[in-house]
Amino acid sequence: MITLKGLHKTFNAKSGVVKAVDDVNIEIEKGEIFGIIGYSGAGKSTLIRMLNLLERPTDGTVSIDGMDLSRLKGKELRKARQEISMVFQHFNLLWSRTVKENIAFPLEIAGVSSTERKKRVDELVKLVGLEGRENAYPSQLSGGQKQRVGIARALANNPKVLLCDEATSALDPKTTDSILDLLVDINKQLGLTIVLITHEMHVIRKICHRVAVMENGRIVEQGHVLEVFQNPKEDITRDFVNQLADPGDIHKTLDHLAEEYPEGKVVNLTFVQESAEKPLISDVLRKFAVDINILQGKISQTQEGAYGKLSVLLQGEEKDIQEAIAYMESHHVGVEVIQNA
Amino acid sequence: MLEQWFPNVDWEKMWEATVQTLYMTAISVVATFILGIILGLLLFLTAPGNRWENKVINFIIASFVNVFRSIPFIILIILLIPFTVWLMKSMLGANAALPALIVGAAPFYARMVEIALREVDKGVIEASQSMGANDWEIIYKVLLPESMPALVSGITVTAIALVSYTAMAGVVGAGGLGNLAYLEGYQRSNPDVTLVATVIILLIVFILQIIGDVITRSLDKR
Repeated sequence: MITLKGLHKTFNAKSGVVKAVDDVNIEIEKGEIFGIIGYSGAGKSTLIRMLNLLERPTDGTVSIDGMDLSRLKGKELRKARQEISMVFQHFNLLWSRTVKENIAFPLEIAGVSSTERKKRVDELVKLVGLEGRENAYPSQLSGGQKQRVGIARALANNPKVLLCDEATSALDPKTTDSILDLLVDINKQLGLTIVLITHEMHVIRKICHRVAVMENGRIVEQGHVLEVFQNPKEDITRDFVNQLADPGDIHKTLDHLAEEYPEGKVVNLTFVQESAEKPLISDVLRKFAVDINILQGKISQTQEGAYGKLSVLLQGEEKDIQEAIAYMESHHVGVEVIQNA
Repeated sequence: MLEQWFPNVDWEKMWEATVQTLYMTAISVVATFILGIILGLLLFLTAPGNRWENKVINFIIASFVNVFRSIPFIILIILLIPFTVWLMKSMLGANAALPALIVGAAPFYARMVEIALREVDKGVIEASQSMGANDWEIIYKVLLPESMPALVSGITVTAIALVSYTAMAGVVGAGGLGNLAYLEGYQRSNPDVTLVATVIILLIVFILQIIGDVITRSLDKR
């Protein structure tokens, strides 16, 4: 659906040439929710702006649905943009227009007749759950409601692709979740391909099928969300994954426990999909002569199944502990032993 | 009563002068609004980093605006006499004042328009581009509506300046309240005429300000 090939973008700044995006190659499937995560300054905003040519690539191609976008200009480009909508972090609504009029805006641009427009606007208002607020001005809406208008506006011309530029970053956690649910709904109902950028792993976990991690303009790692969660290869990815699992200073606590029980082993277990739902711990207890002390655990849902993290203290004979670990590994559970002093 | 307090005021002439002042103000405000928006848009759009970035055009318009904004109005009228005579075939009457009024006020207003346009959220312009809007649609569906309260409060200030310009134009023969106050009031030593003309001008200014404020407030939904 979307193919990015050898994509580069350089800016000439006073301090020299800045490589904002550096040789990015991504293939995004139709109907998929694809997330790009990175810290600010990683180049993800520039990257997503090249998907609708708001930024022109210095080199490389962007093709959407087989059409090479980077070659289009003027009228053709404007026409193509109607099929690639964008949702913004700061909503970017026209304050001078009501909710209805804001949603009608892209329809006006596309030259839709006024009766058609009215019908379509009513559908969209319903789709994003803004009934009763049609005639309000943006200044009278909450952040979440504003983003709903932004999403309705983006869907107005039945786009093939929806680009979300930090769409939830200006919202509180509860509103973020409701907007993410809405995006999943839209993805399922309309089969829409969604590309989003964010700095929050929570967003990736909750709605994305695949994820790419971006650092210094490059994609350093990409893959299915669960795979990346289970087996992060790069340090930055591990940082992001830990954003989810760690309630703050758990690492300190684990290190402390490892010291406290030199005869035992503190182990982090990562469960994915089916393994998250099997009674693994009781299996191990039954089969091996070890004691298991559960320190902390967490399970979260992703679009492709459950993802769990459990920290346990294993106590017993060294040999039994090793066997237990080997058993768990053979059952597709990620095992990470915290050093024992 | 009126005759006792204002013995020298010819009310029919006063009314006629008021109508002339209103006429000059109205026409020049409308023309200034249109011309100022065009110049302001060009100033904004050709500025560095904007849609039609063009250093040469930007420099030419900016110089034109700065020059005509800086010339004192009374001198501008005199400088423009040949242009006015060529355009209006006359140097007298309300119509003859119009070219100078518009040339004097439009550059002043163009700067206000430029400032108002710069205040429009860049994100909203980006959003419209992402929807496939062309330049023309961005101008009349985004830039102008989003800056309308500032455009209206700007034209209110300009309109008030124009009222005082018409009084000056009156002195050099354009008619209106300024003309009346000068000829009938000052030169014939009839202070009551000057006083009444002043009060009427003040009333016009107050009413303009109130109208401007009400419109600005009703437009601003921020």
